[in-house]
Amino acid sequence: MENSVRIKIGLASCGIAAGGLDVLEKVENFLKEHDVDAQLDHTGCIGMCYAEVLMEIEDDEFGSTMYGYLNAADIDDILNAHFVEKKPLTEHIVFSDKLGGKEKEILDYQTRIVLRNCGVIDPESIDEYIERSGYEALQKVLKDMSPVDVIEEIKESGLRGRGGAGFPTGLKWQSAYNNYADKKYVICNADEGDPGAFMDRSVLEGDPHSVLEGMLIAAYAIGADTGYIYCRAEYPLAVKRLRIAIEKAKEKGFLGSNIMGSDFNFDLTVYEGAGAFVCGEETALMCSIEGKRGMPTLRPPYPAESGLWGKPTNINNVETYSNVAWIIRNGAKKYAEFGTEKSKGTKVFALTGKIKNGGLVEVPMGMTLRDVIYKVGGGIIEDRKFKAVQLGGPSGGCIPESLLDTPVDYDSLTKTGAIMGSGGMVVMDDTTCMVDMARFFLNFTQDESCGKCTFCRIGTKRMLEILNRITQGKGEQGDIEILEDLSHKIIKGSLCGLGQTAPNPVLTTIKYFRDEYEAHINDKTCPAGVCKDLIKYLIIEDKCIGCGACKRACPVDAITGEKKEIYTINQDICTKCGACMTACKFDAVKKL
Amino acid sequence: MLESDFDKIDAVLHEFEGRKGSLIPILQKTQAQLGFLSKEAMEYISGKTKIPVSEIYGVATFYTQFRMHPIGKNIIRICHGTACHVADATKISEALYEELKVEPGGTTKNLKFTVEEVACLGCCSLAPVIMINDKAYGRLTPSKIKDILAQY
Repeated sequence: MENSVRIKIGLASCGIAAGGLDVLEKVENFLKEHDVDAQLDHTGCIGMCYAEVLMEIEDDEFGSTMYGYLNAADIDDILNAHFVEKKPLTEHIVFSDKLGGKEKEILDYQTRIVLRNCGVIDPESIDEYIERSGYEALQKVLKDMSPVDVIEEIKESGLRGRGGAGFPTGLKWQSAYNNYADKKYVICNADEGDPGAFMDRSVLEGDPHSVLEGMLIAAYAIGADTGYIYCRAEYPLAVKRLRIAIEKAKEKGFLGSNIMGSDFNFDLTVYEGAGAFVCGEETALMCSIEGKRGMPTLRPPYPAESGLWGKPTNINNVETYSNVAWIIRNGAKKYAEFGTEKSKGTKVFALTGKIKNGGLVEVPMGMTLRDVIYKVGGGIIEDRKFKAVQLGGPSGGCIPESLLDTPVDYDSLTKTGAIMGSGGMVVMDDTTCMVDMARFFLNFTQDESCGKCTFCRIGTKRMLEILNRITQGKGEQGDIEILEDLSHKIIKGSLCGLGQTAPNPVLTTIKYFRDEYEAHINDKTCPAGVCKDLIKYLIIEDKCIGCGACKRACPVDAITGEKKEIYTINQDICTKCGACMTACKFDAVKKL
Repeated sequence: MLESDFDKIDAVLHEFEGRKGSLIPILQKTQAQLGFLSKEAMEYISGKTKIPVSEIYGVATFYTQFRMHPIGKNIIRICHGTACHVADATKISEALYEELKVEPGGTTKNLKFTVEEVACLGCCSLAPVIMINDKAYGRLTPSKIKDILAQY
């Protein structure tokens, strides 16, 4: 018999990193000691990463209650209050059905299609996925729809590729379908390489079957019988859960031969990437599956004509596939109700940086950046001043405050010089230096360039050198112009998306924050106080009470002075680590 | 290489026999067994699979996952993704290098730790983050580093 009490603990990578396993152990012990009859489950990412560790209790008495910001030490008190005294500790509640909770509205702003099961089901249980209408779409497709019907449905839904560029998914499937061949492949791009993005990881860890079902439907539509999921090796938990999902799907007969009694066959393998950002590019990814160096090739021919081992191949990313089953089940029209004219549906963002409620959010397309950041994200940490939001990782750009009312859709974001990208959204406040940010991304792309195209290989290197000089206070007149010139040449002279978009972070920061570049070059100052060579720490004599906390904190003995006297920092020894500033309780250390 | 190391590679090769495009998984499994890819190991794989050793070396050096040198017992990955960068991950790296007396990418003298900087571990909301083996540590400050290392 089903237990009427159910406890779910969020155990995706971030939940585990925040101490989820310790919480789990405490809960297990409590249930045993107090003889509470409850079903204890693991679930995937609940999305409110800022409030990890999260635990949801479902019972008759209080409905659903989500406890957050947990650590193992609180568990006994919380469970005791909930189950024994029947007076839940409201200060630990994030939101609940009956007990209020301060953060319910964060979820109210969201529309969960891709994340429909994340944090709800146990990702290792296929039955829980099936219970929530899982594999119904596959059944519908196999029974009642021809491949052409499926493709038309996806076209009508307006779904566009969620990997970044936003190519219409239905058209992609159509062209793979049109190319006749004895063998075709379906690939899922799960090589989520953008630093600052974890949407795909969360879906794979929290709801792997939705990706499998999407791939199965794509395979049926284009006529493929073999599939690969190319997943980053840096995501060990995602790989593990995918393998479990594939095993279980095979046992149920959703994978293999004569699926659900039809003549449709499909086999699926997880392929672990070996760490190369460029493999997120589809032609490079296929080279990698073939066992070669992951270097992009010229398109055309597109993968739909000649892809993996020269055969027609359809390749989409994780988020795209996990939309598919929902669309088939609920209909294209229903899906197209969400979003704008040209960007339908929802988009998942990994909201991070200087934001209060960082985590995974799914919003309808067309919501403004301001609403995503202030309503869903709760605004800036410590209510500091918003400076920019970075979208699209190393291929994207920084959007300033003046453009915060830009709606989240492919075309509007491209107009700003940034891109939708795969969904990384990093919020920055006035303590972030935009030149340093540009340097950070260039450092990344320069390192990850595969080296095939000269402009990408050498151009990014030269740009990085210039940016390094500027942040070290050795910038020269004309540097900005050289950066712009190199940028345009790299965009024109590179074969794949990596090179063509690598200059975006530099171009957008020059466009919107040119004054910061000029301050670094002309005045040799870093307005945000980040670039080490351009700042120094000083002790304000009026405020120093001579406690010596700064001296004790200094790792390089750069601070001299005696108790009850004013301390001084020796600038020649100081490494500008800022430890003194953190240690001082009297605000007597300032950064210039 | 030891006799038993060759046996381990043989077992890996056997698993992928007849499957096309298996070079990367073969190298991954070999590395998992032996800790790193030695010149000898790559030459042995080349001899058995008839893939030129130049191609194997080319693949092995292209991907960041593959190592050509012995590594420490524990691998520390310091996340330098965007969110961690904004959250001052550099200070975490510096504290680690200072504590362990190693260079970026280096291994401690007692072969206990190898420290690598990686692009993103995907735990952005817990930034800054490091991962030791398969365990992630989030919301770090430089002062927490010592205690964490002491657990290993």
